[in-house]
Amino acid sequence: MVPSNHTEQHTLIALVEDKPGVLTRVASMFRRRGFNIASLAVGNSEQPGLSRMTFVVNGDDYTVSQVAKQLDKLIDVIEVSDITSESTVTRELALIKVKTNQMTRGEIIQIVNLFRANIIDVGSESMVIEITGEEDKINALHNLLSSFGVIEMLRTGVVAMVRGQTNGLANGHSEQAGQVNSGSHS
Amino acid sequence: MELTGAEIVCESLLKEGADVVFGLPGGAVLPLYGALSVYPAIRHILVRHEQAAAMAADGYARATGKVGVCIATSGPGATNMVTGIAAAQMDSVAMVAITGQVPRPAIGSDAFQETDVTGVTLPITKHNMLVMDVKDVAQAIHDAFHIARTGRPGPVLVDIPRDVLLGEKTEFVWPSTTKLPGYKIPWEAPEAQVASAAELINQAERPIIMSGHGVLISHAYGLMTELAEKAQIPVITTLLGISAIPSSHELNLGMSGMHGMAYANLAIDEADLIIGLGMRFDDRVTGRISAFAPNAKFIHVDIDASEVDKNIQATVGMVGDMKAVLGQLLPKVEANQHIDWLNHINELKAQHPSHLVRESDELLPQYVLQRLTEVTQGRGIVVTGVGMHQMWAAQHCRFTEPNTWITSGGLGTMGFEVPAALGAQVGRPDVTVWSVAGDGGFQMTMCDIATAVEAHADIKFAILNNNSLGLVHQLQELFFDKEYIASQYTANPDFVKIAEAYGIRGIRVTRKDQVVDAVRQAMETAGPVIVDFMVKEDEGLFPFIPSGQSVKEMLEEPTLEEIT
Repeated sequence: MVPSNHTEQHTLIALVEDKPGVLTRVASMFRRRGFNIASLAVGNSEQPGLSRMTFVVNGDDYTVSQVAKQLDKLIDVIEVSDITSESTVTRELALIKVKTNQMTRGEIIQIVNLFRANIIDVGSESMVIEITGEEDKINALHNLLSSFGVIEMLRTGVVAMVRGQTNGLANGHSEQAGQVNSGSHS
Repeated sequence: MELTGAEIVCESLLKEGADVVFGLPGGAVLPLYGALSVYPAIRHILVRHEQAAAMAADGYARATGKVGVCIATSGPGATNMVTGIAAAQMDSVAMVAITGQVPRPAIGSDAFQETDVTGVTLPITKHNMLVMDVKDVAQAIHDAFHIARTGRPGPVLVDIPRDVLLGEKTEFVWPSTTKLPGYKIPWEAPEAQVASAAELINQAERPIIMSGHGVLISHAYGLMTELAEKAQIPVITTLLGISAIPSSHELNLGMSGMHGMAYANLAIDEADLIIGLGMRFDDRVTGRISAFAPNAKFIHVDIDASEVDKNIQATVGMVGDMKAVLGQLLPKVEANQHIDWLNHINELKAQHPSHLVRESDELLPQYVLQRLTEVTQGRGIVVTGVGMHQMWAAQHCRFTEPNTWITSGGLGTMGFEVPAALGAQVGRPDVTVWSVAGDGGFQMTMCDIATAVEAHADIKFAILNNNSLGLVHQLQELFFDKEYIASQYTANPDFVKIAEAYGIRGIRVTRKDQVVDAVRQAMETAGPVIVDFMVKEDEGLFPFIPSGQSVKEMLEEPTLEEIT
């Protein structure tokens, strides 16, 4: 193919059956096709028996379109959409454990307040901060805190949702869904 | 009436029309065999090695258009089928593999003959499932057949623990529908795309159809040929697409690609439109992708959306069933003549006659196949293994009917020729199957000649015996400074005696004048026959576009001088 050098971050959402092994199928597909997942978050959807996965994938348009098609090809995957160009809300949650002492504690609390983050555990030499927000906001807090010494960080990965009335099931999910990702450039 | 899981499997197989299964029993799957013994409507063919069960199911599926079914026990039984399953996945073959699993309480405990078979086969199946409740067995088998045979076909593995097969009984209720909310089967393409494709075809001056396996799977060969004839477009068949159009058809250019006809590759190089139908522009077809059909626009039709724009950026890419899409396209395509283009291709063919065999006193493998196909008049089924013999058969065997050419393409599975021929013949007992074999691959699976004998299968094994792994030998000659290692056999068995050991006829051919007579004798003998053709050992395979190169680097033989 002719992969362009234009790599950017794409957000894909997949509605999948909540069955054993679905995550393995998805992860195995990414690995064997050589795609990289920047982040992946999975959880229940509004429909019983169905989960939603949010993928952040780095790649050019060709790669990301292949990711979407290969995901859609998995039998347990009901619908895939690339919502990168849509109006979305995205959130990620992070827990950051940072070194503290009497000298730095006050300054860290100020920073945490500025970011509207929460301190959820305080020890004599460390504290745990919880922050929810867009990826950039979490990156910014992490950068500021790193000068104090970040002992541990845990991020959930981004979850994303399209604004408005859609629920990502625009095409319905009947078996004879007709044209699937026709991939045409006509 | 309440039935065991094993009985439900048998009932479900019958509902799906599976009246032949290939398998080999063992502990975990034994309850299923217990049930098979009271379901005589399902014919079980006992193989000698589980890989043969999978490959025979593959050959059966390709020859009949039905779903091939294979059965093995847990652990080694299942892992022995892996190569056959992977081959079916690569070549889009409808297959259902049923494996026994250790009892539910033992799963995950490294029990005797326990392997995580759904884990092992995850990347090489279209789908797989582990059935953990007897109430789910019927739905699982129903879904498995549906997935295997629809859309882009492929293998589906159903793993069933022993205590699900033989434990709690349940009412057998055949499910009225599949339970597959995420499974979509494309059918027609959007009209706007069809119109754009028709316009490209109507404007093209040098179009070529590349017809792949999808045309055969979808039974769209009639429509494909109609399209070719209406607009007078020459047809190239991919390795798996062979037999979609009769070899004698004036528009059929044969196979292109790495070992394809020189004139077919040269025509692609000059084409202004490539119409790829049910094929995937794989590297053996295209060579270096940037140099492939440099002057052409591309129409690509495939039922698998992920194939469109994967290797080639299509000018018009359509996702749909081949029969449906060609049905939409045909009325919009104008009748055409393309006289200059067809004349030019005929000149290319005259200048680059790769379909001909050079004169030689030695027993050339190409000569053997030419005579063989003359005697059979292109009737019956040809099954091959993988290597030189396969490519020569693709170049020189002739076909009159669709789905009469069965070969392992994508995976390139040596040894395929023996069990796949068995499956094909069991599926089509009305025809003779010629298993064109290499001496290398034949020895990988020849234990299943015994199965062919037991099944009274009318298979004629034609071994093109060069006492070597010929293609490896040629690659070492050309690209590894003639450092021949591990590519020559010094003590091959006597294949005529092998035949005798199995109680069948063996014929050795060492001279040209024996070929036709041997083929006739094989045809006149009922049941399996082995013909050992001792061909010229160092005969090279040409034409040859080395891996990653283009038609400009094609090594061409025979040349015009050698023929005339």
